[in-house]
Amino acid sequence: MYKTSDKLTAWYIGIGMAALFVGGSLGPLQKLEHVGINLYTALNSIGLASYYQGLTIHAVLNALVWTTFFIVGFFTFIIPRSLEKPLTMPKLNGLSLILMVVGLVMAAIPILMNLATVLFTFYPPLKANPFFYIGLVLVVVGSWVAGYGFYATYLSWRKEHKGEQTPLIALGSIITMVMWQIATIGVAIELLVFVIPWSFGLVAGTDPQLNRTFFWFTGHPLVYFWLLPAYISWYCMVPKQAGGKLFSEPLARLVFWLFLALSVPVGLHHQFVDPGVPQGWKIVHFVLTFSLFIPSMITAFTVVASLEIGGRARGGTGLLNWVRYLPWGDPSYAAQNLAMILFVFGGIGGLTNASYNMNLAIHNTMWVPGHFHLTVGSAVTLTFFGIAYWLVPMLANKPLWSAKMGVWQAWTWFVGMLLMSNALHIIGLNLSVPRRTMLGAAPYAATDWQPMLIEAAIGGTILGISGLLFYINMMGTVLQKKRLETPIEMPVAEVYHAEEPVPNWLDAWRPWIVVTVLLIVVAYGPVLVNLLSNMQLTSPGFKLW
Amino acid sequence: MHIDTRERNYIVLSVLLMLIFATALMVSAFAYGIQVPVPYERVDPRTVATPGASPWGNPVEERVRELAPNKYEAYILAQAWVFLPNKITIPKGSSLTLYVTSKDVQHGFNIQGTNINMMILPGQVSTLTATFDKPGTYNIVCNEYCGVGHQTMYATIEVQP
Repeated sequence: MYKTSDKLTAWYIGIGMAALFVGGSLGPLQKLEHVGINLYTALNSIGLASYYQGLTIHAVLNALVWTTFFIVGFFTFIIPRSLEKPLTMPKLNGLSLILMVVGLVMAAIPILMNLATVLFTFYPPLKANPFFYIGLVLVVVGSWVAGYGFYATYLSWRKEHKGEQTPLIALGSIITMVMWQIATIGVAIELLVFVIPWSFGLVAGTDPQLNRTFFWFTGHPLVYFWLLPAYISWYCMVPKQAGGKLFSEPLARLVFWLFLALSVPVGLHHQFVDPGVPQGWKIVHFVLTFSLFIPSMITAFTVVASLEIGGRARGGTGLLNWVRYLPWGDPSYAAQNLAMILFVFGGIGGLTNASYNMNLAIHNTMWVPGHFHLTVGSAVTLTFFGIAYWLVPMLANKPLWSAKMGVWQAWTWFVGMLLMSNALHIIGLNLSVPRRTMLGAAPYAATDWQPMLIEAAIGGTILGISGLLFYINMMGTVLQKKRLETPIEMPVAEVYHAEEPVPNWLDAWRPWIVVTVLLIVVAYGPVLVNLLSNMQLTSPGFKLW
Repeated sequence: MHIDTRERNYIVLSVLLMLIFATALMVSAFAYGIQVPVPYERVDPRTVATPGASPWGNPVEERVRELAPNKYEAYILAQAWVFLPNKITIPKGSSLTLYVTSKDVQHGFNIQGTNINMMILPGQVSTLTATFDKPGTYNIVCNEYCGVGHQTMYATIEVQP
């Protein structure tokens, strides 16, 4: 019944994992460079021109390619199963895969040829080869097309199930895709209207402040595009794996709708120290970002309560003793629970980033990579590893090669990330050490940075080893001859208070879309009108690498 | 819609916490004047460094001016991969208002150990004021990637005792 979509899923997550393998391998090199162990010179011979080309590969492959491919693949798998209905337009989803792969190849070639060493934010007027931008556009458009395939499937389900509530897994997934569709309009305008014609030389100049604003229109909701699939697993799957039940389903639904409404109109909190954005609008986005913290706080309560039901059902008692009874020997569970713990720190740090003038203390310092390695690098990536521990065996119809190695992988990631992000947060906040910088070659590098940089290098190395354990396990799983004896089912958590009805407004698209659009128009309309009407296309491009 | 009482209290508490944090930040911004950069002026990055066209076109040694005792302003031009002027000397207790722009790509401007942290964009002027009460050498570090020489881009402020 799900043969086509399963095949597509295997391609998406296979490509995503391959991208992470390449991008992730470069991570430890950066941290080693900071403590004086420069391995980039050794990589010159295989064509890596600089630290910054390596950093571009690391960021583009990890933050954009691994996440997007895994997420679209995961949704291709879970939406049909949640709706108990195969994809209605599988060709559309096939087209999506083709577009994303073509885009990936098109963007990868200039990156590897050192023609696009502009990092993943590609801030103009640094000017990359046009095919780098076109490739990125194709990856995004490909993900839109996947969304259209999902919407078609969902609409046809709605027709067949009039008056029924959408299953939560499908609802959360579709909301994520709709949010992504709206959010990526920003970067689409930046690239299609301004950057691509400029990089081809059709227009002489561009307006960096305007481009940045369109970039961050997409750039922050991108974070929620990464995170919401993890939330779907935490709400709807992990409680089942822990033997628990989803504690409050109506609130879970509300949380996904709130993310639809609030993910986009917050992007200016990445631009608090930009010179060209009016103060009032920075404050509006600061307040909206704080309100976006509420659905994440609700998630923390609901998910922990759902796991507690599991821990107690498995024999745990006492105020906290039930935690020991959770299935820590299951790598899928262990990875995701550890991801949640790291996300607590990531969330608190994120609140600091969003704290208006407090951003002055940490903007563009090492604090920031410290922060997002806890979020996208742990809450998201470690959760996706956890999902892979059941999803890959299910797709391959082969048992997981080594559960023990999986548990080790989860814990080494946890420890490595704690060390690295702790060090990065401290040197960013206390010592203003800049991010995205080849610190080993910086004349202003100070000796009091060293202890923390060493801690970060140790953490980064442990992360590298942890990543290797993951790939060995995945290869072992796929390449072994052994078949599954008992089939694996997608974990779907039951609802704790199933007798209580979910109100209709939590399954209605129209009001939420209206609220979403209104909030975007109010929070972004005047800023964009102001920037567009004062637009000065005066910046020629520079290739400074 | 049914919500567990404990969860309801927790949500109310979360909202209150956010309100307290937001209020504290607004007090720090408006009562204590810890401010972020706000729009000041647009310039043309292609001509901003032309002699005579703007303060950033003046000779480097004329870009730092004493306006009154212990009150200074500095017009700093960021470019790959230097800040010009790259050394500013002021006496202890001085206030320094910075006007920074770029003639090429985006740069960062972070005076380490202070709250001065701004994006420098071509076409825009970033401005903030800092008071230096402690003597010593302060590094101004570019903290936005600006090409392969990014790690060498810095300047210093010498605060004399």
